[in-house]
Amino acid sequence: MDLTTPRRAWRALTWYVTGVLGESDYERYVAHLRRHHPDARVPTVREYWRERHAEQDANPGARCC
Amino acid sequence: MRSPELVELVRTDPDRPPVAVIDRRPMTTGKRILFAVIALLAATAWALIAFVRGESVNGAYFVVAAVGTYVIAYRFYARLIEYKVVRPRDDRATPAEQYENGRDFAPTDRRVLFGHHFAAIAGAGPLVGPVLAAQMGYLPGTLWIIIGAVLAGCVQDYLVLWMSTRRRGRSLGQMIREEIGTVGGVAGIIGVFVIMIILLAVLALVVVNALAESPWGVFSVGLTIPIALFMGVYLRYLRPGKVSEVSLIGVALLILAIVAGGWVADTPWGAETFTLDKVTVAWLIIGYGFLASVLPVWLLLAPRDYLSTFMKVGTIMLLAVGVIVAQPQVHAPAVSSFAIEGNGPAFAGALFPFLFITIACGALSGFHALISSGTTPKLVQKESQLRLIGYGGMLTESFVAIMALVTAISIDQHLYFTMNAPAALTGGTPETAAAYVNGLGLGGTPATAGDIQGAADAVGEESIVSRTGGAPTLAFGMAQILGSFLGGSGMIAFWYHFAIMFEALFILTTVDAGTRVARFMLSDSLGNLGGPLRKFRDPSWRVGAWVCSVVVCGLWGAILLMGVTDPLGGINTLFPLFGIANQLLAAMALALVTCVVVKKGYLKWAWIPGVPLVWDLAVTLTASWQKIFSADPKLGYWAQHQAFRDARDAGETTFGTAADPAAMDAVIRNTFIQGTLSIVFAGLVVVVALAALWVCVRAIRAGSLPTSEEPDVPSKIFAPSGLVPTDAEREVAAEWDAWEAEHGERREKAPTHA
Repeated sequence: MDLTTPRRAWRALTWYVTGVLGESDYERYVAHLRRHHPDARVPTVREYWRERHAEQDANPGARCC
Repeated sequence: MRSPELVELVRTDPDRPPVAVIDRRPMTTGKRILFAVIALLAATAWALIAFVRGESVNGAYFVVAAVGTYVIAYRFYARLIEYKVVRPRDDRATPAEQYENGRDFAPTDRRVLFGHHFAAIAGAGPLVGPVLAAQMGYLPGTLWIIIGAVLAGCVQDYLVLWMSTRRRGRSLGQMIREEIGTVGGVAGIIGVFVIMIILLAVLALVVVNALAESPWGVFSVGLTIPIALFMGVYLRYLRPGKVSEVSLIGVALLILAIVAGGWVADTPWGAETFTLDKVTVAWLIIGYGFLASVLPVWLLLAPRDYLSTFMKVGTIMLLAVGVIVAQPQVHAPAVSSFAIEGNGPAFAGALFPFLFITIACGALSGFHALISSGTTPKLVQKESQLRLIGYGGMLTESFVAIMALVTAISIDQHLYFTMNAPAALTGGTPETAAAYVNGLGLGGTPATAGDIQGAADAVGEESIVSRTGGAPTLAFGMAQILGSFLGGSGMIAFWYHFAIMFEALFILTTVDAGTRVARFMLSDSLGNLGGPLRKFRDPSWRVGAWVCSVVVCGLWGAILLMGVTDPLGGINTLFPLFGIANQLLAAMALALVTCVVVKKGYLKWAWIPGVPLVWDLAVTLTASWQKIFSADPKLGYWAQHQAFRDARDAGETTFGTAADPAAMDAVIRNTFIQGTLSIVFAGLVVVVALAALWVCVRAIRAGSLPTSEEPDVPSKIFAPSGLVPTDAEREVAAEWDAWEAEHGERREKAPTHA
């Protein structure tokens, strides 16, 4: 059986779910730092999420009815 | 590639591949035939819905009519708006590209952003409104949900998203102030705040009505709070960043909570502990709103939001599959007598304007303008993707509303009215309720008290009489549809509580996030007054956060308690106010959009936002007028107020549905508040609309006026526009891949590369 199709489908699914939930935002941020600010210190996952939640604390987003 | 001479590639940098594809190729013959077939299918389904009467109307027709119409509208009408008004320029950098910081400004794949945006706009609104509107029959609701979305709701969402994207993602309030002026801006900001308060109160009321006297519901929905706290701690200390992992654990716990609710409600101690009356549930929700507003986001709000997103998408897909597989028979008439006479028990008022008020979300929702300005514009890669995200996102929400309507109209009519008429009419017991609904002249087999009690037993509830608010009715219908092919009659109680749980989860997520947003709006406004109040501007000042949270919760909590204790039935009197508020927000957003379209010199196309604006103003102002001035006490708040006042002055101790003097005083007080709110809402919107009209007149005289759009910055990235990339876009994407490989500039990519 060809294994690449299910594997690709699984990868596409996880890519989508982590994208919508925001799980892959950390990687996006690290990629952004590497590209635009190569000298900046890269935060750990833990630090990133702490800062992000602190930011959300200060700027709440509305949810719809 | 077919006819490459009609495809223009735009470069902003001669050394880089193109950043935009301007495709002027006509549709292929195959596509033309495909769209013709879709149009024909949709037209056939519409004809079946509109002209076939009796028992043979099938729920699946509604799905075909809706989806077919959406496809045609998206392909043709949204394209017209794109060509004539939006005029996207993909060689212009979006805020996400220009201000990219990897956080709130970050170019995001259009498909991911679509999911994001949809999760933010979809809530309980499109599920509740259509259920209540089902009292008028299936045809008016279906027409308004589909046509309203295509011509009004999607247009609003799309164009507000466009405006905000061209203005660094500014908020609706800021844009109103900049484009319409200070007076309109201040009215807009006050309007947004007051509307938010009423929305929170009515949504909370829906939850109260679903959970009161239901130990199963209280237990399982109550457990969502410890589950969320656990998830929050897990994400912060145990496995930071593992969002999908913790969400899966959370969903599993949630399912367990639903099952456990059934066990607990079966035990005597469980039934005793968790059977709560409406007032207690209301106080618990107010307390919850306060806690959510002052606790850190990571502990409660963020994990709840993950759970809610998961459940939202999962349940909506489940319902869509359910309707298509089960193909429920429609029991409601095409147009009921309540639509014409305006004396329906679920809400009062005739078809025009009250149908269009009751179904707000799903057809036209002003609240979306708050979401479309702010978060989403800071993430979009290309202006040409706004059609998919803005217009397409709202079409999806409209589809959710159609599902909810199909669910409601497939319920036996006698049971539907048993659940949706206020207790003052049904009397609250199966016997009196059966007598009431059999007297409505619904046709079909009359209901007996045994039928009504049997239906309650099947879903594991004490009673289904007068469970108003829409949520229990939807859950009841969903349980029947899902139970018919998943698990049989034994699973109906589980599916009922599953549906209640997910609606409560949605609504509580809106309530907690909304309370927090309203708290910030309040502290910002207080801070802007200056003087010693300036301290309120600092969001980390705990005293300020507590004071503002208490004020916000107090405001919506007071309206909630008023609705809960209302002798006239809270949903019945408050839901119209909710719809009017939401639609008035839409009027403000559409006035803003129309104003900007005229200012830009596109007067010829001003009808695109102008027609929905005029319609919406006609609906909301007529409804407000009737609520304020109608002499019919069932309809007019002030007429009701006066009637009860006269009765009290005449020394009577009971009047109408009020059984004692205290209840009479409650009605007098409630109608006063509701009437005052109606006047405030209408006044604010008239101010914004007049201010917008004045700006439009000035713009027409001058030909065009400058807007607050940000200047152009050339784009340096490429991304396809639609859901599926075209052949020309694939070629450019391949060119970028080669270029990036050569220059060592790797961007993170989707596995199924665009």
